[in-house]
Amino acid sequence: MNHPLLQVQGLKKSYGPLDVLKGISFDLNKGETLSLIGPSGSGKSTCLRCINYLERPTGGTILLGDERIGQVPARRGGLRVMTDKELAPQRAEMGMVFQLFYLWPHLTVRDNVALGPFRAGGLTKAEAGELADEMLEKVHLRNKASEYPERLSGGQQQRVAIARALAQRPKLILFDEPTSALDPELVGEVLGVIRELAEEGRSMILVTHEIRFARDVADRVIFMDGGHIVEQGAPAQVLDSPQMERTRNFLRQVNGEHGTAK
Amino acid sequence: MTTSADSFLGILAVLASGAVTALHVGAGAFGMALVLGFLLAVTVTFVKSRAIGLAVAAYIEWMRNVPALAHLFLLYFGLASLGLRFSPKTAAIIGLGMVGAAVLCDVFAAGLKAIHAGQREAALSVGLTPSQAMRFVLMPQMLRLTLPSLGNYASQLIKDTSIASAIAAPEVMFYARNLVTSTFQTTLIYVAAMVLYALMLLPISWLFARLEARLESTR
Repeated sequence: MNHPLLQVQGLKKSYGPLDVLKGISFDLNKGETLSLIGPSGSGKSTCLRCINYLERPTGGTILLGDERIGQVPARRGGLRVMTDKELAPQRAEMGMVFQLFYLWPHLTVRDNVALGPFRAGGLTKAEAGELADEMLEKVHLRNKASEYPERLSGGQQQRVAIARALAQRPKLILFDEPTSALDPELVGEVLGVIRELAEEGRSMILVTHEIRFARDVADRVIFMDGGHIVEQGAPAQVLDSPQMERTRNFLRQVNGEHGTAK
Repeated sequence: MTTSADSFLGILAVLASGAVTALHVGAGAFGMALVLGFLLAVTVTFVKSRAIGLAVAAYIEWMRNVPALAHLFLLYFGLASLGLRFSPKTAAIIGLGMVGAAVLCDVFAAGLKAIHAGQREAALSVGLTPSQAMRFVLMPQMLRLTLPSLGNYASQLIKDTSIASAIAAPEVMFYARNLVTSTFQTTLIYVAAMVLYALMLLPISWLFARLEARLESTR
């Protein structure tokens, strides 16, 4: 009855002989914030990118509600991978925030946010512009709407990228290490916006190295290593009393690096 | 033609009708090179087929390593002997356009390559189709990056229209040579032709410079 919003089942991804994801399964309930943590190369970003099919999984299924992402019945039976064109409406249901923002430099901040709703979301240009202003208000950057991205700080650019994802009115937002490329003094403003979204009850998956933030904001934490899920559960459980040796090692390293500063 | 100043203007007037042809040929070849070069660049960038990649690479190498004049001769005389007749102007447009497509394919492919893959991924992830991503996200950035090269190519192309005189396309050098054989005012006529080319090219350079400045100011 309580159907999860997102179901990831047996997700696999290999690049040639290299298995990056070795069968990942988890659910995300509506309104939940899930944090994926783990060492570099553990497959957490790949996992996130497979969910909206920017990476094509080599196995497994992804269900958003009742909808199977990225696969349709083939004419000759079985399933086939959808084309990017077929995927467009499915991707529009999921916002994505990248580590390096990827704002479009030739468009103003407002147009960056409005492009998706206007071209893919069926809004008129004026409606999309209004929606963009509204979303920029949410990330406290309404006053930058007419600027070009290069005039903004990294933290501001990432907040615009979040507004762009929000403007899709997505069922789910995927954050791929949203603060890893930021100068330390700019991390706070981006995390602040993400925290507000979590408090609004948005459904989000957050790949992050900010362990303390994950503990504060996430409803659930998944620790990945070597293409597997090693451990998952409530943040307090996974981060404060991890059951697995690998989780303990990872947390010890992360805490060793950052000390108690963050 | 009494004074040399009179005759210089007179010569310019005669050559000017050749300039119109040169601009026609240039514009036609430029358009063809633009469209074909862009399609080839998109193909080599996004189609992951080895065979297609090799075919495009072969086309580019062939076009770049054979003189344009040879292409014009083949199109005009060669195909005529097989029964396919083009006017000199049409043959020049097709020939220069095909060579230009190879040049601009390289330019556009380099431009697309210079745009971070994340730009397209961001476009796809907001729900744009690949062709919308191309049109609204990649193409504007590609044009901005390649505009200086496009300007250079356009100037080069107008100068290259002079080789169309070899297949009797009525352009500037064609009229100039005809005038020389009838009047023997060799120096004056060829200087007039040079002046005429400069008069055609300066506005083109100016136009591209203006475009670049304008795109720069919208950043």
